[in-house]
Amino acid sequence: MKKIKREQIVNVVKELYKKATVELPEDASLSIKQAYEKEEGLGKEILRQIIENQKIAHEEKIPLCQDTGVAVIFVEWGSEVLYEDGDIMDAFNEGVRLAVKEGYLRASVVDDPVFMRKNTRDNTPCIVHFEIVKGDKVKIIVAPKGAGSENMSALRMLKPAEGLQGVKNFVIETVRKAGGNPCPPIIVGVGIGGNFEKCAILAKKALLRKIGEQNKNPDYARLEKELLQEINALNIGPMGIGGKTTALAVHIEYHPCHIASLPVAVNIQCHSARHMEAEL
Amino acid sequence: MKKIETPLTDEIVLSLKAGDIVSISGYVYTARDAAHKKIVELINNNQPLPFDIKGQVIYYVGPTLAPPGKVIGSAGPTTSSRMDSYTPLLLSLGLKGMIGKGGRSQEVKEAMKKYKAVYFLATGGAGALLSRHIVEATEIAFPELGPESIKRLLLKEFPAIVAIDCYGGEIF
Repeated sequence: MKKIKREQIVNVVKELYKKATVELPEDASLSIKQAYEKEEGLGKEILRQIIENQKIAHEEKIPLCQDTGVAVIFVEWGSEVLYEDGDIMDAFNEGVRLAVKEGYLRASVVDDPVFMRKNTRDNTPCIVHFEIVKGDKVKIIVAPKGAGSENMSALRMLKPAEGLQGVKNFVIETVRKAGGNPCPPIIVGVGIGGNFEKCAILAKKALLRKIGEQNKNPDYARLEKELLQEINALNIGPMGIGGKTTALAVHIEYHPCHIASLPVAVNIQCHSARHMEAEL
Repeated sequence: MKKIETPLTDEIVLSLKAGDIVSISGYVYTARDAAHKKIVELINNNQPLPFDIKGQVIYYVGPTLAPPGKVIGSAGPTTSSRMDSYTPLLLSLGLKGMIGKGGRSQEVKEAMKKYKAVYFLATGGAGALLSRHIVEATEIAFPELGPESIKRLLLKEFPAIVAIDCYGGEIF
């Protein structure tokens, strides 16, 4: 059995979180540049500022956005990897704590959602999704998620009779309602099937896919394309002021589901599509 | 591009139309939902506010920490609609401008017309760029709120767009 130490996890989480807040994945920044070429008027000026912002953030190591998010972490843990250093969540949270301190990130987490809402001051706890996979590797993806776009996300349990049109209507309705709030141009992550919680996780995972890559199933790939066209016809545009680019991509992930169900989750990602990954 | 300075007079507000590109210089105050809640509690209890709201501009922002050598960290706008329920009261007390992102409620738009105020859109997710236009930052109230405390910021040619004007015009 391969062993992974606490310190390895702390360090990798810390470095990935710091990097993700100041630097976008290449596909995300490229996609904004392409949108800039097509856009006109005030929308073009907004995209210019977004591109300029990426440059400043990268060069000066200042976060792209003041909302450095809740640290959402996806872990693919190889079944041949052993961890013997106690509570593993403690290692993930320590990585986040150190990133916030060293990267001058924002503490954006309150301890209790309803009553005290007291800031935890170090942006912990993070949210970690574990998956056990074959092999002796551990893959860690850190995806800081801001509330502006997260708050505009939605989930609905459709009736199977509502079918394809029901899915399309729900996705479009969610994006239309969100308007300029989630900082468009957005990426729309859609999870279909599974059950209540499964479709939500799928929608979030869909946001991690490289922009421009389609679903491998041609039916879903076509649905992605149709939804993207319809969303960009809504004329929401950059920051909601109208324009050609409301979404940069629609990514769908699906899963088998109950005979009586058709769950759909829509997770909206702002233009700052931050995520970084590493393998241990 | 229109250059404007805070505090805002009625004359400035009346001259601005939705879609105008502006650059804002002068002092503004930061406040998000948690600070708005506290301000409204102070008003309801007839207690003094941390700053005189007349003619002022509130910037909806919770910046990241200032790294060494900088006055502030990343500092872009947050979603304004979260403040909508508190805003008409502040407008009735003389608040003249707001900087944020996203649309506003009908109640806010009506109050903006009634009390002559303007709402500016700054580019969300451009916090590093916008931080270059903030040359001074001082925390003045509610330090217990951390990033949500009220700070007085000195803006220098801060880029924004008039999103909703005092005539009911808007770009959304």
